Amino acid sequence: MAELRTEEFTVNMGPHHPSTHGVCRLILTLSGEKVIKIVPVIGYLHRALEKICENRTYAQCIPVMDRFEYVTAMSCEYLFSNAAEKLAEIEVPERAEYLRVIMLELNRIASHLIFYGVTAMDIGALTPFLYGLREREGIIDLFEMTCGQRLTYNYIRIGGVSKDIPPQFEPKCRETIKTIREKLNDYEGLLNENPIWLVRNKGIGVLPADLGIAYGVSGPVLRASGVKYDIRKDDPYSIYDRFDFEIPTRENGDCYDRYLLRLDEIKQSLNIVEQALDALPEGDIKAKVSPNFKPPAGEVYARVENSRGELGVYIQSDGGKKPLRVKMRGGSFNQLQVLPEIGTDCLVADLVAIFASLDIILPEVDR
Amino acid sequence: MTYPLPFGELHGVFGWLYELLESTGLPQPWLDVVRYAALGALVFGVISLLALFLVWWERKIAAHIQQRFGPMRHGWHGWYQTVADAVKLLTKEDILVDTRDKFVFFWAPVICFVAAFLAYVTIPFGEGLIVADLNIGILYIMAITTFTIISLLMAGWGSNNKYALLGGIRSAAQLISYEIPMVASILVVVLFVGSMSMVDIVEAQSGWITNWYVFRVPFGPIAFITYIIAATAEANRTPFDIPEAEQELVAGYNIEYSGMKFAMFFLAEFANGFTVSAIAVTLFFGGWHGPFLPSWVWFLLKTLGVVFLLMLFRWTYPRLRVDQLMEFAWKFLVPVTFANLILAAWMKYAGWYW
Repeated sequence: MAELRTEEFTVNMGPHHPSTHGVCRLILTLSGEKVIKIVPVIGYLHRALEKICENRTYAQCIPVMDRFEYVTAMSCEYLFSNAAEKLAEIEVPERAEYLRVIMLELNRIASHLIFYGVTAMDIGALTPFLYGLREREGIIDLFEMTCGQRLTYNYIRIGGVSKDIPPQFEPKCRETIKTIREKLNDYEGLLNENPIWLVRNKGIGVLPADLGIAYGVSGPVLRASGVKYDIRKDDPYSIYDRFDFEIPTRENGDCYDRYLLRLDEIKQSLNIVEQALDALPEGDIKAKVSPNFKPPAGEVYARVENSRGELGVYIQSDGGKKPLRVKMRGGSFNQLQVLPEIGTDCLVADLVAIFASLDIILPEVDR
Repeated sequence: MTYPLPFGELHGVFGWLYELLESTGLPQPWLDVVRYAALGALVFGVISLLALFLVWWERKIAAHIQQRFGPMRHGWHGWYQTVADAVKLLTKEDILVDTRDKFVFFWAPVICFVAAFLAYVTIPFGEGLIVADLNIGILYIMAITTFTIISLLMAGWGSNNKYALLGGIRSAAQLISYEIPMVASILVVVLFVGSMSMVDIVEAQSGWITNWYVFRVPFGPIAFITYIIAATAEANRTPFDIPEAEQELVAGYNIEYSGMKFAMFFLAEFANGFTVSAIAVTLFFGGWHGPFLPSWVWFLLKTLGVVFLLMLFRWTYPRLRVDQLMEFAWKFLVPVTFANLILAAWMKYAGWYW
């Protein structure tokens, strides 16, 4: 019998591919269906956001931040405002802090709901995507009610927030929380115990804790590997130390744990929103800050825990009305770097599952 | 083969047409041409109408599962949406890749469609509503639908696209594997009837509902469940739709096809979905038998019920991975179906069945 000749071949997964969640390009070397090498190519969405910020006043940077990571735009706005407030030592009114926490947590839930839908879709179940987006709609309506925007909010400003919540916000918000709690049971019933879901996710793409730490991975992906690290608890910002919530962790660090962990986080975030609504004080929503305010010369690093890990910004100021240097740090970037480590030696279908479970958002990777 | 009547089993329905033609005094060869053309047109019309309806129905079912409306604008609940889609596909530019293998690329959708089309010849749509009652009916269908594998491989190879090639290879591996449990499940029924003719199989289930083979405990239900699993894989539907796994292979084997060539694959897929359901009804659910309503209505209702089941699978379940799929076929389905078959054969030999 003649010897069969086999050869590896290279496939471009992306930039236009249904499951790269944007315009990520992975150069895959395949041996049959097996992935033996992954080279991520990034930069298709590079807009030089950091440089753009250096040419704008601090207040004008907030809308730019919305575009940094648009799935949880609130956390980016909060991040930059917080950094500027730290730099200029601005006191934020109590009510504004509560409103910020409500918005941040609602935004985290919205982001995790998208994750739920998109991950299910990548594994081939098309229906959960619609369910995830349906519940997210309630949250987006709340944002629209408050600031008029559904994706890029420009709501959290330096010194507070731009608008107070309307009177109908609170009942609507409680109703939304109730709906999401109910629907979460449906979600879990649909996928958690589904045998196909289990064989596709359990033991796939295991990220050991030390490897994750070595690559600077943070957020839900690291917590699913058993590392209890959450900036809301470890380095509390805003008023997170006043709320009673848990940091869920999982042990195995596979796709299934990353999926379960995000569902757990939704539940914790719902608790935080409820507590914040209960304790919401009356008062001002914004400290008086001039649009052209000039913080003193110096440097500051602020960080928040968003739905994809540690989001940080480093600002250097020379005392002018524009920042001298701005550098961002996003969770997705590190998670994409770790993909070749945990994604090789599996099948193409597994790679798609792993990619989905890392929940990467490309605008944040590409800046 | 020769028919006793010019339209075979359909003579009662279309005999008047033949008599009309005969009265014109045309010579016999011409009459044959007309006869075959009429039969072909009939099957083609049925298959097209059914596929169009199934596309619309699937979209509505998907929409309602996902709490949407689906097509609503064209007619009552968008009933002619798929007609509009078909017209669009017909008039669309046929985009061709320069590096394609011209011959293979062109013939792949044709073979796929013709295979789906030919399978309808021996499906008994009702009492006397069968184009040709072959004595090897079920074997014929199994043989004809296997052509689909060749066409998918051809599409994957001819497109000269890596994703398409992966899709083609996946489909070949999958369809060949699932053919075996499918045939083994079918054989259980063939064993009991003692005939492969579709009409004989249906006739054997006349009378009470307990005569349906799905209720012949324990072999019938097992055979039906293994059959429906294998049939889902044969029809390339979720959770076994890996040849065209959208999230992995973009569109799989039909990635480079557009316009009418794509439409042929698309229609063939839905036609195959109907074929496997029709076989399920014929073998396990008593075919056209049922009280009060005409036989073809019963057959359609039952078949659409099975199609509905396939659609529910599709919109509920995630997709299996390619190796898990093969493992499931070879390590679970094949042993189970063969054990079932052997047990059924022994019971038949011993005479312990009713």
